[in-house]
Amino acid sequence: MEATKARLAGAPEIAMHGLEEQPRGWLSWLTTTDHKRIGAMYLYATFIWFILGGVMALIMRLQLATPDNTLLNGETYNSLVSMHGVTMIFLFIVPVLAGFGNYFVPLMIGARDMAFPRLNALSFWLLVGGGVAFFASIFFEPPQAGWTSYAPLSDDAYSAGGGIDAWIFLVHLTGLSSLLGAINFVATIHNMRAPGMSWGRMPLFIWTILIYSYLLIAALPAIAAAATMLLTDRHFGTGFFNVADGGDPLLWQHLFWFFGHPEVYIMILPAFGMISEILPVFARKPIFGYKAIAASTVAIAFLGLLVWAHHMFTTPTANVVLAFFMLSSFAIAVPTGVKIFNWIATLWRGQIMLKTPLYFAAALPALFVIGGISGIILAVFPVDWQMHDTYFVVAHLHYVLFGGSVFGIFAGLYYWFPKMSGRLLSERLGKLSFWVMFVGFNLTFFVQHSAGMSGMPRRVYRYPDGAGLEAYNLISTIGSFLLGIGVLITVINVIRSVKGGRRAGNDPWKGNTLEWFTQSPPPPNNFDVIPRVRSVEPMKDIRREVQKAGKASETVAQPVTSGTS
Amino acid sequence: MLGLALAALLVLAGPAAADIWSPESGGSPNADKIDTLYKITLFVAIPIFLLVEGTLIWSLVKYRVRRGGQAEQIRGNQPLELGWTVGAAVILVILTVVTFAFLKTITDPERSGPQIADGAQVASIDQPDPPGGGGIRIGVNGQQYLWRYDYGSKNDLFSYNEMVVPTDTTVSLDISSSDVQHSWWIPKLGGKADAVPGHVNETWFKISKPGRYEGQCAELCGANHADMHAVVRAVPPDEFERWARRQRADIKAAREELATTRRAREAEVGR
Repeated sequence: MEATKARLAGAPEIAMHGLEEQPRGWLSWLTTTDHKRIGAMYLYATFIWFILGGVMALIMRLQLATPDNTLLNGETYNSLVSMHGVTMIFLFIVPVLAGFGNYFVPLMIGARDMAFPRLNALSFWLLVGGGVAFFASIFFEPPQAGWTSYAPLSDDAYSAGGGIDAWIFLVHLTGLSSLLGAINFVATIHNMRAPGMSWGRMPLFIWTILIYSYLLIAALPAIAAAATMLLTDRHFGTGFFNVADGGDPLLWQHLFWFFGHPEVYIMILPAFGMISEILPVFARKPIFGYKAIAASTVAIAFLGLLVWAHHMFTTPTANVVLAFFMLSSFAIAVPTGVKIFNWIATLWRGQIMLKTPLYFAAALPALFVIGGISGIILAVFPVDWQMHDTYFVVAHLHYVLFGGSVFGIFAGLYYWFPKMSGRLLSERLGKLSFWVMFVGFNLTFFVQHSAGMSGMPRRVYRYPDGAGLEAYNLISTIGSFLLGIGVLITVINVIRSVKGGRRAGNDPWKGNTLEWFTQSPPPPNNFDVIPRVRSVEPMKDIRREVQKAGKASETVAQPVTSGTS
Repeated sequence: MLGLALAALLVLAGPAAADIWSPESGGSPNADKIDTLYKITLFVAIPIFLLVEGTLIWSLVKYRVRRGGQAEQIRGNQPLELGWTVGAAVILVILTVVTFAFLKTITDPERSGPQIADGAQVASIDQPDPPGGGGIRIGVNGQQYLWRYDYGSKNDLFSYNEMVVPTDTTVSLDISSSDVQHSWWIPKLGGKADAVPGHVNETWFKISKPGRYEGQCAELCGANHADMHAVVRAVPPDEFERWARRQRADIKAAREELATTRRAREAEVGR
């Protein structure tokens, strides 16, 4: 019945004009529960942390540019190493994905907000609290035990200052933030999808945010427990990680990595989801193997919970245990490979529009496959005995997290910026930014494989002259500054376009998903009419119906504007 | 792009880095075996890498938007998808088999050279022989920021930072820590073994060429982590015996001197 009525009413279209002005000023941002404004605040805050973390990395690269450099001492270097890692992981990649999720989950599933808007605001402000508490440690004593804070180095006997406590604070506050956010995503995605949007019609980005949320719920309690145990070890006389009190430092490693490895997939899956949306739009083709991509997301998440001790191959552990974790790590390569093949098949025989979002999206599989191959090499545990804790691992993790997650995030930024701001980013600056980042990234990290294999451990503040590491490190430092310039170009692009960019219209890319069915930027209530979803590409259906009804296509979607690119 | 980076690297790195694409080896058989295992894995990976990057770049170049062009609306291809899933799994099964074939030669210490049967030349060290027979066992203890090596349990022969060992002899290491975690690593002599408080970790090496083998702590252990270097100096067995005798005598002399000074000071305080 309902379907007939919808047909009689004609094709769905935007019927939303002239809404009351939102309250203005900073107080409106402080009190907002609108998922789009919260999402935007997530993006602003996390990108500021991204810049800060990047500056720390550049200072470290300056120190390592030449052998026996005296720019930094060991303590300062260790502080930078620790803060860079923590900032990028806890304050950038994980929450920036929550930011995109906040902004686009309700829009893509055809909902008017998240399930729990106030909880959503709380999530954001807890994140800010965690970040502020952590960065406040700069004014007394920053943590120096790495992002992993291995006990006993992080115990009070060896890290007496408050830096580790600031880290514990951050873990708890951002952990709570992520946990509440995850519950919110799960509730929203399970209950608030548009009519007709069955599991098999859910956008792949939504699939990955859902799995991201479940992984957070599964993994975060382990680090919350570990951090609390460390806190009581440090201040209340317990000895969970202290051998003299019957504790065991390996317990820390198990608890940390039980969280830490799923965290890796938490950071990469939504980026996979983004490019699974972007590639088909710019190839003008449906995604190749929708079911396989959705299923491989679930498989990666499940296996991702079973691989943690591959970070512990050099600890005193029985070979049979190491063998298990090698096999589980191998197994996870299969669904990951499936995704990469599916993306390439999506581009195959398409009509590829070479816009900036596509550049970043296509770079993800190109770079991630290198991180995947070095991951397989590291999973072979006897080989890992050589590679573990060297620059080979630094290269591997940056190919996965920067080449994978961050290039995906930049693809998402360029893809969705027109929706969020109503303006197009400059294609010229965008492509320039891409190429400078791409070249800089590979210069920085590709040589680090060799540095590691030539005997350079990670987290060293200096290396001796004549050890054969000079060239690698100089190339790496030059590359890192190029990478920084590339990021800066995007920052400039965003600042210039947010007010002065060309008007984007509602649907500049001819997207497949429902966020393109509303205005840019979307009004507070998102949609007046929520269309019935009949396929995995509802916007394609809507455009077709509009054309059939003989209306101008601008009613729902503007045609792709030609010119600048 | 990667080719360019690699070429630049080759030019800049020059002869100093003969081994830019594989781990260090050449000091001990286990390091060589790891190197071989790594190379097999890499050779399996290279065709996959080329296939992925090749088809990706080909697609991006070949299927650029064209006036009047039509994108093929393909939603999937089950045989193809099943094929690459199974294909990936099969490659990993092969890698697993290869790894297990190599594992024993990497973990299990080799026998010492024929001229050192029955541990004859190392009889002065009161440790049980490592499996395989005819070798020595050294305790390695990591401390912020140095390495201590104990030869035998009598506490009469030990050294710091530089470990002297006889060539052609299997050296088994018992690795421990007395403060935070460290990691023992001499790249040319094989993989790492973490020094974890409350645990004893094991590894081994056997050096045939006399010489210095350098390495350093590989687990962040504090402000001077980067300066926690370790050296293994391999010398012919007879020279090792001479070194051990001299070192033992030096330690004894130092202890006696210490005792004398202490007695003198006590006497001074007593007076």
